[in-house]
Amino acid sequence: MPEILHKSDSRGPHRKAWWVSIMMAGCLLAVQPAFGNLQDPSQMPNMFRPASTHADSILHLSIFVLIITALIFVVVFSLLVYSIVKFRKRADDDGREPAPVYGSNQVELAWTVIPGLIVLVLFFATARVIHAIQGAGRPAGAIEVIAIGHQFWWEFRYPSLGVVTANELHVPSSDPSHPTPTFITLLSADTDHSFWIPRLAGKTDLIPNRVNHMWLDPNETGIFLGQCAQYCGTQHAKMLLRVYVDSPDQFKQWVQGQAKPAHVSDGVNEGRRIFETTACINCHAVSGTVAVGRFGPDLTHLMSRDTIASGAAPNNTENLRLWIQDPDAIKPGSLMPAMKLNERDLDAVTTYLETLR
Amino acid sequence: MAARSITLPAEVSQPIGTTLHDWFVTVDHKKLGILYILYALVFLLIGGIEATIVRVQLMVPNNHFVSPQVFNRMFTMHGTTMIFFVAMPILFGFANYLIPLMIGTRDMAFPRLNAWSFWLTAFGGLLLYFSFIGGNGLYGAGNAPDVGWFAYAPLTATTFSLGHSTDFWTLGLLVSGFGSIGTAINILVTILCLRCPGMTLGKMPLLAWMNLVTAVMVLLAISPLTAAQIMLSLDRFLGAHFFDTQAGGSAVLWMHFFWIFGHPEVYVLVLPAFAFASEIIPVFSRKPIFGYPVMVAATIAIGFVGFSVWAHHMFTVGMNSYANSFFTITTMVIGIPTGIKIFNWIGTMWGGKIAFKTPMLFCIAFLFQFLIAGLTGIMLSAAPFDWQLGNSYFVVAHFHYVIVGGILFTLFAAFYYWFPKMSGRMYNEALGKWHFWLFLIGFHLTFDFMHIPGLLGMPRRIYTYEAGRGWDIWNLICTIGVFFQIVATLVFIGNLLWSYFNGKAAGNDPWDAWTLEWSTSSPPTEYNFAQIPIVKSRRPLWDIKHPEDPDWKYE
Repeated sequence: MPEILHKSDSRGPHRKAWWVSIMMAGCLLAVQPAFGNLQDPSQMPNMFRPASTHADSILHLSIFVLIITALIFVVVFSLLVYSIVKFRKRADDDGREPAPVYGSNQVELAWTVIPGLIVLVLFFATARVIHAIQGAGRPAGAIEVIAIGHQFWWEFRYPSLGVVTANELHVPSSDPSHPTPTFITLLSADTDHSFWIPRLAGKTDLIPNRVNHMWLDPNETGIFLGQCAQYCGTQHAKMLLRVYVDSPDQFKQWVQGQAKPAHVSDGVNEGRRIFETTACINCHAVSGTVAVGRFGPDLTHLMSRDTIASGAAPNNTENLRLWIQDPDAIKPGSLMPAMKLNERDLDAVTTYLETLR
Repeated sequence: MAARSITLPAEVSQPIGTTLHDWFVTVDHKKLGILYILYALVFLLIGGIEATIVRVQLMVPNNHFVSPQVFNRMFTMHGTTMIFFVAMPILFGFANYLIPLMIGTRDMAFPRLNAWSFWLTAFGGLLLYFSFIGGNGLYGAGNAPDVGWFAYAPLTATTFSLGHSTDFWTLGLLVSGFGSIGTAINILVTILCLRCPGMTLGKMPLLAWMNLVTAVMVLLAISPLTAAQIMLSLDRFLGAHFFDTQAGGSAVLWMHFFWIFGHPEVYVLVLPAFAFASEIIPVFSRKPIFGYPVMVAATIAIGFVGFSVWAHHMFTVGMNSYANSFFTITTMVIGIPTGIKIFNWIGTMWGGKIAFKTPMLFCIAFLFQFLIAGLTGIMLSAAPFDWQLGNSYFVVAHFHYVIVGGILFTLFAAFYYWFPKMSGRMYNEALGKWHFWLFLIGFHLTFDFMHIPGLLGMPRRIYTYEAGRGWDIWNLICTIGVFFQIVATLVFIGNLLWSYFNGKAAGNDPWDAWTLEWSTSSPPTEYNFAQIPIVKSRRPLWDIKHPEDPDWKYE
């Protein structure tokens, strides 16, 4: 993320960076195959590589719809091309008007009834999948999560496990013989948001004053990326979403770690004092301390997360410090205020936060 | 025809002030039609600049061309401008200009209401754009609306939208909405009451039929939007709580209000586009429209079913499975009458002698593009597929395929087809073809490749994205296409200007066409016809040109 670190500069270099980026993009275009290999395909939020029953049944339906529409396309496209080529005005045209044809009931009937039958087939195939996904039963081993959308981050609460975290959702993988799907209750604290992890499930909105539900049952472990899919304000773009699918054992371990109160270390009392006596605690919670704010992400186990600012930057010392000092440098328009601490206090708070494992 | 055409009086030069005054106070349907069209063209350029800013920002990952705040204003203003201040007025402009001429009457039913509606619409656009200056209010909050063109609650609540940008959005749409309602009433009454002798509903040009259905749809669709805008203003100024979720209001209620307007609006825009195609394709294929009664029936069916599909914009808001199934089937069903239309246009070309003049080229491209737009529409109508594709760049590509590939292409066709009638001059055919091919390349570069990042998980309305998600290359291609479209649009504007001053005289009937507007002079004089025509068939000029083989014997 070198981008982020110099973003607090004046606007001048950005213009230059823009032109440079155009040229670089041009070069990338030329070396695309090589560049393509550098990307990790499992990190791409590609709906054509489903990793759950939910996403898989959507893909099956989608392929069916794609095949039908492709067939329609081929037929109509060919008719169009044929008529344009065959009935073009020739160079040796005799200037006579072609015979007028006003219509034909048989032909009209044919191109009404056949599309009607296609629609019926498509509808029944679709309705089956709608009911299968929306009417899925809830087996005994299901995990319950409450996801709350905020401008511009995600709050995840596991009420029966006593865990509260943010932006990085952990769920167990689900073995078809002993399914452990995750059922998510979707709420919003402010504006509309939408929860979308293309490889695991289609999107469902988080709407204030409304309770929505969705579920996923991942069948492979790993990190799955997505992001908010309903425009929710200035930083909609950086309301990123990461789902960590753990093996059942890893998940159990993760829950045990998260359910503990905050880790208390010696030697960071100064940072902790500053944290607890400034506005930090108005919004953030650290369990077992006086910090019980709910407007921002829970920081009890901050260092167990890979990213900060809802996936906008990797969670490392530099970014953490920059985020406290000037959030706009990472995510302009985010609701975290610049804390205006002096350098010493900034270092102390950063050091304290880094002990919250 | 000599008896019915009027010789133009010798041109009298008058001071520019008098000319401007004439245009300002005119109640003539042709002048108002041209005012609508010119007004919309200005906004087309503005909306195009906004789109360009959006595309340049997205050209490469992690771009810093504009700030997120500016980006959000640009896509909001782009969408609002293009729908309410380009597409609607330009289509009303053509309807205004053409309908009285095509049904053989001297003006719209209510000329003063017509002028009133135009100036209301014009004022609405100015109000919206005044937000760039006045949107700050006393709060020092951002200017220009940034809530998206469908302005979902509660982003529009005073909590989330400080200042007056949202108020200018609301008032601009409210005011121009009244203008649209006025014009819709005018079109409806004109078509129902002022047709020339002999022109029964069944002998009316398809353009009139489709605008008739459009007018009814405008009345039914704009009303809920107007109601919603008033409710939103009550929320913002008087502390009502219709959509204010923090006080128990409903965000979903706004969605229903907006989309019961928003989806019929798509057909409000696309039916006049169908109308242009239904007039132009027969003339350049030298054949009457295939299956006229079926075309009329399909139009009415679209108008009817178009009002029962709105919640397919809301498949992800958590409706139950029965509601999702209902809106799936209604949305799929609307593909049937639309498909019938495409088949009938093919039927019209079948066995004809197709002349590839610029208007026909745009219509043929429209046929291909509308086919694809319809098929991606079917994909989106399957609710589970939509759970993946909804609100992604796939949707953005889909509706631009409809609005640009469908509506704008037929609009360009209409411009070239009726330009000789409106100006009295022929356009430059070579420049017209340059415009066509450049725009076609630009359109396909931008909007074909825009489907792919959507399939790969790129949501709409994000001002930036990270590299490595497989979206980079597609976004770059999309942006390159924009520059082709810009050049093509400049060629188009240049062609209009050059031809207006230097084009060859067009004569009354340059296309050897069959509807009544071609029987009068180009441009038509005030009151259009010295003598009201009498018609016997759907192609009155064919009957006159071919007295040995008139249409009325067979229809």
